[in-house]
Amino acid sequence: MGMDFKKIDNFHIDVLREIGNIGSGNAATALAKMLNRKVDMKVPEVKILEFKDVSEILGGAENQVVGLLLGINGDINGDIMFLLGVKDAKILVNMLFGRSKDDRSNLAFDEMEVSALKEVGNILAGSYISALSTLTSLKLKPTVPELAIDMAGAILSVPAIEFGKVGDTVLFIETEFIEGEDRVSGNFFLIPDIESYDILMNALGVNS
Amino acid sequence: MNNLIKVGMADLQVMSHPGVLTTLGLGSCVGVALYDPYTKIIGLAHIMLPSSENSRNNKNKAKFADTGISEVIKKMMEIGASKNAMEAKLAGGAQMFSFSSMSEIMRIGERNIIAARGKLSEMGIRIVSEDVGGNFGRTIELHSDSGKLLVKTIGHGKKEI
Repeated sequence: MGMDFKKIDNFHIDVLREIGNIGSGNAATALAKMLNRKVDMKVPEVKILEFKDVSEILGGAENQVVGLLLGINGDINGDIMFLLGVKDAKILVNMLFGRSKDDRSNLAFDEMEVSALKEVGNILAGSYISALSTLTSLKLKPTVPELAIDMAGAILSVPAIEFGKVGDTVLFIETEFIEGEDRVSGNFFLIPDIESYDILMNALGVNS
Repeated sequence: MNNLIKVGMADLQVMSHPGVLTTLGLGSCVGVALYDPYTKIIGLAHIMLPSSENSRNNKNKAKFADTGISEVIKKMMEIGASKNAMEAKLAGGAQMFSFSSMSEIMRIGERNIIAARGKLSEMGIRIVSEDVGGNFGRTIELHSDSGKLLVKTIGHGKKEI
């Protein structure tokens, strides 16, 4: 397989841009249904970072963040990850439980809040996966999400290591959801297995 | 205040006494800390993957346990350290998400630790302490005065190894 890394990166950017637009739209609609309120989104942005700069996102490597990781199984295999700041996750949880938005006194998450976040993870994952499915006609299914709350650098090491197998950059989509005065920004990572890049490229009509 | 140098992901740095090398938010990556007690020269590598051999992109030596460890030793020797005197400490290699199932993505921390131990032993360098595994992130600081490695976590305490 003589793929070159620039080509993989460029390809990955195009895929992310497409599923970012469609997937974030789907996700905003799904969130609106769940909250029974109007949810808008900002146009998602594709971000590319060198490993050395990875820790700069989300306020630094030691900043506490919430990561949701799901596996993808089907015609391609891999993982997807959502990353939210702790404050953003708290706003999201407060929205879901209909609490006042000022109720941010406690930045820890109880069991109910963790399962609510996982449910949101499911919904967001479903939105992005169906966008990817629509674009590629591949059959894809997400696994049950796992959640981790820890230092940004530590959680980011998970996608970074996978990207490290093919290149020296981390690619992701930054999206912002807006509900009333609340803004929740999240980062979405698509992490295909190395073997899945070829299938993805073929499905999208790109010759590798 | 001592000199403080940050070591990024897939990066390595060495320095002479007095100074501190730090890497923030280690997850499944492994921090390999090396210390020469005679010259007090220190080196730190932030390793992402076990081996450069199976990689199609192995230009960055610091990314892999095998090439990263050789490289940090070489750079320490260039500024006066002696390989025979060097001692190593390891930290990191966590499994950040607790998937019960499958994929290789989950066991990479453990594989990084094994690869780092293997390479150090091959180079004849003794590992004097470790704080590895678990499911949490670590920030580490390597101090040139004593070779102590400070390990900080969120919710799992702070220790010196």
